[in-house]
Amino acid sequence: MQTIWILMRKEFRQIFRNRPMVFILTLMPLLQLIILANAATHEVKNVQLAVQDDDRSPYARRLIQKLEASPNLILAAFPRNPQAAFALLENNKADLVLHIPAHFERDFLRNRSGELMLQVNAINGSQAGIAASYVGAVVQDFRMEILREIEPGALLQASGPRIEMTYSNWYNPEMDYKTFMVPGILGELVTLIVLMLAAMNIVREKEIGTIEQLNVTPIFKYQFILGKLLPFLLIGLFDLALGLFLGKMIFQIPLEGSLLVVFAFCVVNLIAVLGIGFLISTFAETQQQAMFISWFFIVIFILMSGLFTPIESMPPWAQHLTIPNPVAHFVEVMRQVLLKGSGFWDVRDNFAVMAVMSVIFNGLAIWNYRKQT
Amino acid sequence: MKTFLAFVRKEFYHILRDKRSLFILLGMPIAQVLLFGYAITMELREVGFVVLDNSKDSESKELIQRFQASGHFYLVDNLEYEEEIHQSFQAGTIKLAMVIPANFSGNFGEGKATLQLIADGTEPNTATTLVNYAQAIIRQFQLDKGKVDELPFGIEMNTRMVYNPALRSVYMFVPGVITVLLMLVSAMMTSLTIAREKELGTMELLLVSPIHPLMIIIGKVVPYILIGLLDASLILAIGILVFGVPVLGSWLLLFTVVVLFILTSLSLGILISTRVDTQQTALMGSLVALMMPSVLLSGFIFPIESMPLPLQVIAQVIPAKWFIVILKDVMLKGVGLQVIGWETLVLAGMAVFFIIVSWRNFKIRLG
Repeated sequence: MQTIWILMRKEFRQIFRNRPMVFILTLMPLLQLIILANAATHEVKNVQLAVQDDDRSPYARRLIQKLEASPNLILAAFPRNPQAAFALLENNKADLVLHIPAHFERDFLRNRSGELMLQVNAINGSQAGIAASYVGAVVQDFRMEILREIEPGALLQASGPRIEMTYSNWYNPEMDYKTFMVPGILGELVTLIVLMLAAMNIVREKEIGTIEQLNVTPIFKYQFILGKLLPFLLIGLFDLALGLFLGKMIFQIPLEGSLLVVFAFCVVNLIAVLGIGFLISTFAETQQQAMFISWFFIVIFILMSGLFTPIESMPPWAQHLTIPNPVAHFVEVMRQVLLKGSGFWDVRDNFAVMAVMSVIFNGLAIWNYRKQT
Repeated sequence: MKTFLAFVRKEFYHILRDKRSLFILLGMPIAQVLLFGYAITMELREVGFVVLDNSKDSESKELIQRFQASGHFYLVDNLEYEEEIHQSFQAGTIKLAMVIPANFSGNFGEGKATLQLIADGTEPNTATTLVNYAQAIIRQFQLDKGKVDELPFGIEMNTRMVYNPALRSVYMFVPGVITVLLMLVSAMMTSLTIAREKELGTMELLLVSPIHPLMIIIGKVVPYILIGLLDASLILAIGILVFGVPVLGSWLLLFTVVVLFILTSLSLGILISTRVDTQQTALMGSLVALMMPSVLLSGFIFPIESMPLPLQVIAQVIPAKWFIVILKDVMLKGVGLQVIGWETLVLAGMAVFFIIVSWRNFKIRLG
């Protein structure tokens, strides 16, 4: 015990005497949390709309006024001809171009139905659909308004089997993206920092040559590993606590479930992550290599974690790939427990997977380390 | 010149003999594009849902059947009590719950049936999308069951999705992956190799050699320009051959801006390496100062227009933001220099600025 304590003190000293490192471990995650929570949104706002109005009738003007009033749309330009309209799309001056054809009002009243053209810059596919739906909703609104003015009876006459639908959104009634993102981001950040630290650590000793000194000191393997493992685990827990505190203070994220479950999961998760880190560390010869390998895994871990895109939307084979992904489990547990108040029993599968991963990766790391010395 | 070439050769040996790094440098772009192309989509299919069916009659059963047949939902459980809804959400297997009140068939015939949908609102977009799917299914169910009169004065919207008619997300990820990878190879790798020479003490050896210090730096970055170009070509090749992403604009223009961006990133990497002494700090520094902003604030995944104003302002000084706009314009819109002139100028200005700053920061002596 005494030996482990001394080894831990050595690690902490090495970390804290490196000033930039202290900054990286404390302020950086917080900064990222704040920036990420604001940046990581799939909301579609401030859509630039151009309207090519060839009709210039009272109805067309009314429609344009309604579009202008829509909170998510910005009327950017009024091109005169199709070439000008398309140029706006090409130059990124407009995301949408609505074309009101000539005689729109006349034909609308005569045929009792109308037609409009909408061009959407669809390079970002999911955004394009939402942006188009904003215009669709306004047009629908406009149509109902006209209908009520001209034929108020039509609404009453239309009958038949009807279902009244009501819907509610639980756990996040304000539909705030930050509530959703902050717990997930926190899980990702803690995992990432600990993985990087662990992966670089033993390699650094190797590269500088101090590993030889450690190898000839009278300590057991388990003491060596524990002395390396515990400091990073503590740093990870510290970052998690700090992040939760800030998330609560700044973003008012709900803390529905038990924090004990969150921290317990964090410990299990980080032990597995440390195992992966050390395995990389024993495998690599230079810090550059270690950095590369861990970067490779981090990118895949994050992309496949469900943090930014829902796991449900992945094809089945890709969903299976998320099972050994520590970030995916951490993100899920954070969201489940903090937002929905899930208890230990609800997230037992996540605990089990990470426990198995901990044993496997730490075992491999110790085995691989032994082989080399 | 001959000494310079010899020096470049030395750097190449350094890179080539490190098989693991090389493997990752070339394997990473492939893995990322394939993942983005195949696995990362925003479309939802086969989402778990539960039903609390209080009437259990023919109509309600048929409606549930329709949910399952839609391809968007699969039924996880038929609930008995209302409390179980909350428990199902907590267990994390479902995203939507539907409550059917008693006597659904009877009420439906009389035109006064009600239904309640409860979505897991933790992820707002998913919740909205699922509710929309469910409403469409219910609407279709109503239409098929009886004659709902079509109201007059409908307006048909002819929507045309320009540049990406099939709304494929890979169109937007290919430019993004190229950007992030070039940033990684050019900026991160450069800052790390120079920091490595400092840490190992070999920088002093290089500085006392008869090669000019400037030549040392240029010699160090030349191999990474080539690797960057190779990676960019690799990503483009997979994008075009596997996913059918078009390159509508001029190839010459495309590779010119790629080289321009590599130069910008390299100068950023050199700048970082002049300020740090260890690889660890160089790595963490480039991670925070370069990688994170390039992924998050560049418009790669999240639209810049939807961010709060301060972040939109910060995004303007991030080279990746401008590069992604240029890439998308040249590849997907097929525009020429007259359209992307301003963006290219900004990027070139950044490159010049960073080169000057890192040149002024570069010290010939250590310590």
